[in-house]
Amino acid sequence: MTMKLALLADVHANLQALEACIADARSRGATQFAFLGDLVGYGADPSAVVDAVMAMAQQGAWVVKGNHDEAALSPPQRPTGEGADLASPAWTHAQLSALQRDFLASLPLVHREDNILLVHASAHEPAGWTYVTRPQEAAQSLDEARRRGAAIVFGGHVHEQRLFYVGAVGKLMPFDPAPGVAVPVPSHREWLATVGSVGQPRDGDPRAMYAIYDSGEQRLTFVRVPYDHAAAAAAIVRAGLPSHNAERLARGR
Amino acid sequence: MSLLAPGTEIDGFAIGECVHSGGMARIYRVTYAQADRATPFPLAMKVPRMAGGDGAESIVSFEVEHQMLQVLHGENVPRFVAAGDLARMPYLVMEYLDARPLQVWLDEAAASRTSIDSAAIAQLGAAVATAAHSLHVQDCVHLDLKPANVLIRPDGRAVLVDFGLAWHAHYPDLLAEETRLPVGSAPWMAPEQVVGMRGDPRSDVFAIGVLLYELATGELPFGDPQTRGGLRQRLWMQPVPPRAIAPRTPAWLQEVILRCLEPEAAKRYPSAAQLAFDLANPQQVIITARGERIARESIGTRLKRWIKAAGLSYEPSPLPSAQVGESPIVMVCVPSKDATDSTLYSLRAATARSLGIRPGARLACVTVVSIGAIDHLVPGRGETDVHRMQLDGLRSWAHGIDLDGRGVSYHVIESGDVAAALLQYARSNAVDLMVLGAATHGLMWQRLVATVPMRVAMEAPCSVLLVKQGLPFELLGRGEDDNAA
Repeated sequence: MTMKLALLADVHANLQALEACIADARSRGATQFAFLGDLVGYGADPSAVVDAVMAMAQQGAWVVKGNHDEAALSPPQRPTGEGADLASPAWTHAQLSALQRDFLASLPLVHREDNILLVHASAHEPAGWTYVTRPQEAAQSLDEARRRGAAIVFGGHVHEQRLFYVGAVGKLMPFDPAPGVAVPVPSHREWLATVGSVGQPRDGDPRAMYAIYDSGEQRLTFVRVPYDHAAAAAAIVRAGLPSHNAERLARGR
Repeated sequence: MSLLAPGTEIDGFAIGECVHSGGMARIYRVTYAQADRATPFPLAMKVPRMAGGDGAESIVSFEVEHQMLQVLHGENVPRFVAAGDLARMPYLVMEYLDARPLQVWLDEAAASRTSIDSAAIAQLGAAVATAAHSLHVQDCVHLDLKPANVLIRPDGRAVLVDFGLAWHAHYPDLLAEETRLPVGSAPWMAPEQVVGMRGDPRSDVFAIGVLLYELATGELPFGDPQTRGGLRQRLWMQPVPPRAIAPRTPAWLQEVILRCLEPEAAKRYPSAAQLAFDLANPQQVIITARGERIARESIGTRLKRWIKAAGLSYEPSPLPSAQVGESPIVMVCVPSKDATDSTLYSLRAATARSLGIRPGARLACVTVVSIGAIDHLVPGRGETDVHRMQLDGLRSWAHGIDLDGRGVSYHVIESGDVAAALLQYARSNAVDLMVLGAATHGLMWQRLVATVPMRVAMEAPCSVLLVKQGLPFELLGRGEDDNAA
């Protein structure tokens, strides 16, 4: 059974970006959706985003838990105020219904589907939320995936699109993909991809990021999608969240 | 994989004769096994040998070649048809080319103890460079150009084959490794490949330099070293000048060859298109001491180079398309007659501006004279007279442009169809930008007759800058300050 799997990570309560990516994935013929954690945090629409993902999960989408989802379930007891994103988990917590919180609480840390392993950060001690940015961390994650019978790991958490592959002497090598290019990821090799962030790109390009994996063709395409970031920023300001969270969307930082 | 018998069927392909048996792979002619299914063009199947324990390396380069053939396009690469499952039955089906490997020219010259005519060398070299450039603009570098991997079609165009060591900016480099070992074929490998840098289009320029050296002298400029130390020699050693081996090698050809073989990539041609340009226009090559030399370097010079090479650090390669994009060929079309001073002035200003933002550019000044302009019976209007006059005109026109070390050349083309001649020139020289006057005086006729700028703009293979007369002639006398705006 072949599929076109849309991989969406770090939506971060950005409804506009989520809708744009889902529409783009459908236009590319996506047959299966996977959400790689951090549905909430930073953005203004946690409730709408969780509702959308819950509906898709009911239709078969795979969803794993991220650190921001966890934080929103049991926010640190800090006074709210002008600062910082520390306010955000408590705010998010208050925005979510009991049903939505139950959904987040029920999410697994990893999900394996045949030779594919889905995780928010690293398959190695997933609750430690390790950032996979270098070959060492990628190797640890892939080692654990291999123990679980998988050869391809898809993750998020780092908000960057990168592919790790096995080089000529067996060491993992990082590769920075070009958007829109279908990269062959044949199943006789091991691969680890960080698919980037839907709702909060941080590489200086405001376009939303996701990836789509074609299991029949064995190709992975990293995608950038323009979306209405002004509307997402306006919603953050309206919600009374830190203005920094709004401003950064236009800059992609 | 043992030799496949003719008639064997693999995934719907019927095996024909084995046309090549190399160290890494065999190549067979194939057709569709289905009797009524015709092939759109002749097909060849490449099957890796992968014998014994050394299979791993050849299978990786097979994987790389598969990756490349699927995405490369154009007349300089074989068309890709199908690939077999790597784990089950690896093979690649591609276009079968009725073309001769460059090696044949070398073998024939060696067998007959003759040297290859320099015009023929230039033609072959230009074809290879043009083919390499077509890869570079697609963000791919071949990295294994050698006489066996270059095929020449009957019409003279080159096709590059064997992409097993190639590099492409859009795909993970499966041959990369942290230890940075050299990957390539020793005689043709560029110095930066020796230290493990992959992805610089100027590495292909170096390999073409080795090819040209072989064609000119029958010898390899750096031999066929088997050790890493031997390979490293080319980081500092200059080869024996071709004219010391083959005295009939023209200075311009040696100039071109030795420029390709410069140890530092930045001192070579910045793009294969610029190399092809020089090979297509030998009379325009500026010959330096490099082209004239007939003796080996002195020990002292070698020592200096060795010391310099010891301190050389190799920068990561620029993106191929960016590297060649910064080194465009700019063609300016200068009217041969009836041009006002303000037209010529505006054209020169626009050309200078176009060059100013492109430090690696080279400029080709072209003018077209109508066949009627030449009249052998009238004194002063004979062919050489007209050409000399036009060349002088071009030179004095370009005199005011600050070239700042960029290459420049002047060309007079004789043709009854100005637009067609300009377009042909742009196509055959891989021109990146055409600059020409907008010829507003023809505006009222444009609905009826396609003017030269219109035809050029519509059919050009590249960007076209149409220059309007920016500055009315009467303002020219008012001094530099006013013109600055």
